[in-house]
Amino acid sequence: MKARVTVTLKNGVLDPQGKAIEGALKSLGVAGIASVRQGKVFDIELEGGDAARAETTLREAAEKLLANTVIENFRVEMTPAGAPAEPAAS
Amino acid sequence: MKAAVVVFPGSNRERDMAHALRLVSGREPAMVWHGERDLPAGTDLVVLPGGFSYGDYLRCGAIAAHAPIMEAVRIHARKGGLVMGVCNGFQILCEAELLPGILLRNASVKFLCRDVHLKIERSDTPFTRGYNAGQVIRVPVAHGEGNYFASEGTIGRLEAEGRVLFRYTDAEGKRDPKWNVNGATNAIAGVLNEKLNVLGLMPHPENHVENAVGCTDGRGLFAGLVAHFAQAA
Repeated sequence: MKARVTVTLKNGVLDPQGKAIEGALKSLGVAGIASVRQGKVFDIELEGGDAARAETTLREAAEKLLANTVIENFRVEMTPAGAPAEPAAS
Repeated sequence: MKAAVVVFPGSNRERDMAHALRLVSGREPAMVWHGERDLPAGTDLVVLPGGFSYGDYLRCGAIAAHAPIMEAVRIHARKGGLVMGVCNGFQILCEAELLPGILLRNASVKFLCRDVHLKIERSDTPFTRGYNAGQVIRVPVAHGEGNYFASEGTIGRLEAEGRVLFRYTDAEGKRDPKWNVNGATNAIAGVLNEKLNVLGLMPHPENHVENAVGCTDGRGLFAGLVAHFAQAA
């Protein structure tokens, strides 16, 4: 079973890296970008097929290590069975 | 004073720390590998040194915070033993939740390697009894993530309980955004836990202990610790 944990900065937490990326995109001439906030994505493969249990495990992983809840929020998504592991490259 | 310096994969200031401890206390500190489960018997002070433990993977200090030795550090702290984390050591203590808050990327996004002035907010702690309250010392910083952040409630509590021990100021002890080098909330450079026995600070007092480097302002911290344990004995 596969899942994705997405970690994002809470609102109001300064994100100098996001700001730097935003500035770099502007200087590259990529038009129309209002703002950038940087986060992290963890693609995780789980043992067994119990989705409810997997979600509990992932929430524990996120709370204990993947996210620091002082500054970050996280979201757990189970990849539906049969879905491609990676989005197809265009 | 029996000191133990914890060495993580990627620590790089442990020898500077050991040198300062040896020089000021006259006693060889124990170097303890992170994979150990126990601290040497009779350890008075545990130091988590600076560096880049685990290559700063995930977040600075996040992986080291769960190293096997950290359980022993936690127990030492719970019993009232002294723990000091410098730079990456401060980041590790925050990630281990032995101290509140977190160190974010410097507001400038630049790695900072320079001297700063620190105001000592109080002298009635084991870490600062070698100084006077309000005294300003000059010590180096070398970090990319030293921008102290915590929730408004936590900052309010830290301030109300006198747990901000060091602040970035000018040479006269005046606060100004210009001297708050990394953009830390309230110019916080070092904080204490509730029981005042765990300290985290970003600057490196261990690098200013000898005349050979032109400044000995960091010596007072180590001398104060030695005096603290001499009195306790």
